[in-house]
Amino acid sequence: MTKIKTLDDLRKLRDQLKTDITIRESAEHPDSVVQVRVAMSTCGISAGAKTVMDFFIAELKKRQVKSVVAQTGCMGYCYAEPTVEVRLPGQEPIVFGHVDTRKADEIIESYILNHRLVDGIIPVNYKLVENDNRRI
Amino acid sequence: MAEIKYDILVCGGTGCRASESHRLVENLRKELILHNLDNEVKVVATGCFGFCEKGPIVKIIPDNTFYTQVSPWDANEIVEEHIIKGRKVERLLYVDPKSQLGIDDSKQMDFYKKQLRIALRNCGFINPENIEEAIARDAYAALSKVLEYMTPEEVIDEIKRSGLRGRGGGGFPTGLKWEIARKNESNTKFVVCNADEGDPGAFMDRSILEGDPHAVLEAMAICGYCIGASKGLVYIRAEYPLAIQRLKVAIAQAREYGLIGENIMESGFSFDVELRYGAGAFVCGEETALIHSMEGLRGEPSVKPPFPAESGYKGFPTNVNNVETFANIPPVLMNGAEWFSAIGTEKSKGTKVFALAGKINNVGLIEVPMGTTLREVIFEIGGGIKGGKKFKAVQTGGPSGGCLTEKHLDIPIDFDNLLAAGSMMGSGGMIVMDENDCMVSMAKFFLDFTVEESCGKCAPCRIGNKRLYEILNRITAGKSSLAELDALTNLCLVIKDTSLCGLGQTSPNPILSTMKNFAEEYYEHVEEHKCRAGSCKSLLRYQIIADECVGCTACSRACPVNAIVGERKQLHAINQTICIKCGACMEKCKFNAIVLN
Repeated sequence: MTKIKTLDDLRKLRDQLKTDITIRESAEHPDSVVQVRVAMSTCGISAGAKTVMDFFIAELKKRQVKSVVAQTGCMGYCYAEPTVEVRLPGQEPIVFGHVDTRKADEIIESYILNHRLVDGIIPVNYKLVENDNRRI
Repeated sequence: MAEIKYDILVCGGTGCRASESHRLVENLRKELILHNLDNEVKVVATGCFGFCEKGPIVKIIPDNTFYTQVSPWDANEIVEEHIIKGRKVERLLYVDPKSQLGIDDSKQMDFYKKQLRIALRNCGFINPENIEEAIARDAYAALSKVLEYMTPEEVIDEIKRSGLRGRGGGGFPTGLKWEIARKNESNTKFVVCNADEGDPGAFMDRSILEGDPHAVLEAMAICGYCIGASKGLVYIRAEYPLAIQRLKVAIAQAREYGLIGENIMESGFSFDVELRYGAGAFVCGEETALIHSMEGLRGEPSVKPPFPAESGYKGFPTNVNNVETFANIPPVLMNGAEWFSAIGTEKSKGTKVFALAGKINNVGLIEVPMGTTLREVIFEIGGGIKGGKKFKAVQTGGPSGGCLTEKHLDIPIDFDNLLAAGSMMGSGGMIVMDENDCMVSMAKFFLDFTVEESCGKCAPCRIGNKRLYEILNRITAGKSSLAELDALTNLCLVIKDTSLCGLGQTSPNPILSTMKNFAEEYYEHVEEHKCRAGSCKSLLRYQIIADECVGCTACSRACPVNAIVGERKQLHAINQTICIKCGACMEKCKFNAIVLN
């Protein structure tokens, strides 16, 4: 490591290093970033959810969208796997079905970046339990 | 290289390491390599999360899953279940003490909801041994801002306007302290960081140094720039090996990156930091005693003036600030005085870190805005009293402070309110007591501490505290008198008035405040030889109920001192003069014939 010689050096280094902990920064304030949850149950994985998740992570990072991509369990829409839930800041979550990488690209381009809905939305027939608590 | 999908944060603070969190880190890394996931998942050993009650703590990012009491052998399950299959390991989830529900998102925990973490901003978030993570979180950004855009006077003015007060106990305005040190002219000056945390039960300074050492180094450099010092010294007790190690790593990395040392970032300003070790004496938290100890002399306080700002380390102007105070400096300068002074109460700005200990569900480290009430701290963040027992009192300010009771629960905590209520902020230790704690014994515990820790330089403290302790000893043994209670109060006041330093001036506080709030307990001990909490052993009497005893001899065989006499199948009796109140007889008796009075 060369020494930080100027104040500019420090700023450059900081901006470059920020990406290393973005995942933690975003998780600190999940409600202020785009939240993508990929259903990764057995049926989801066999339908290709892992590729889709990798795609979301790489693509959102490339396009510098502040986001959290997490995996979740089965959402119950087994007929439409892989399913992906997208929650934009301050909005109700929307679930997309039959998501492959092409669809994922469309979701990012249209919905996440331009707030235009795309085909393949699964009508929401459930409500999120506010505190996702479970009795042990 | 694949993108990082998960960060697994594992607490690497002293508390969690004692429960082998470092082995957990190793095992997690091994498991990830085994499953070919080591380039998708990063394991980070961080500083303290504050939730020490249930360590070791593991937090999984980005879903904020909070696992508690994780052992090194849980690594496999976490990787296979959570990381690979996306299923949370339910048995490791934090269980809310009130609802008995498992909570799988740390954002939903009462413990964190009310907290505002400024001094602890990076604790439990970054790897303290990696300067790059600190830089990514804006470490040294305040220093660069100061060196580029601000004059020392402007910095001092900013800190004065922020209303930041010393977090070590006294609450002296930090900006003013720096200004005085700046005004004393000298070619050589020193910045000292007081990391001699002596208050029993308080460990915020240790946790900050272990979790975010760069915050302190940066603030010391800023202070050096303001007062005109090029040398910083951290006075840290040798009892904190992990904090020392992390500080050494941090200093080495900061030097390597050119963030401390000669001509920092080509600004022309040079500043370097060295460590000085203390042997762990309470009195060395007092700044003059601390300075003498650093000079290699006995750790004894001296008369002020001269204040360290005029004549401190080796006779040069010295500015001493506590760790937590320093940790607040960079955010104040990054976000501005107005941001900081909008938090807190009228005369106490910002936040305060408290160490919760004693009979409370969530033992740990918390940071809340000044003005938060005791009730919120103890019953919401702290999760209430252990075992559903009744709250009795909370000791704030450690051996120098006093106790607060039920009626104080709703006062907003700040420097002045605590003083008005007969206690003090101190360094932020909070020891919670329930109905089974005897207040006289509590006062005795702290006096025992001050007697041990008195440096012996001045008579009131050296002799007076010893006498106080002896009187308390007689009270708890049921051998005191009402006249002695008056003598106790008198002696307390004399010691307060005549001691040289803060240690002696505050050591009678635990007695005075318990006598004020729990006078009836003192009278009961003296007049009725009774301890309502049942904790003063000498006042306890084990007795055999004649109607219940069948003469089985089990108790007399269990008694280690042969205090129980009686023939087989006949009534037994306990000889009170021999009895050591160990309770072995009561445990052994199958007929509930032995009772405690």
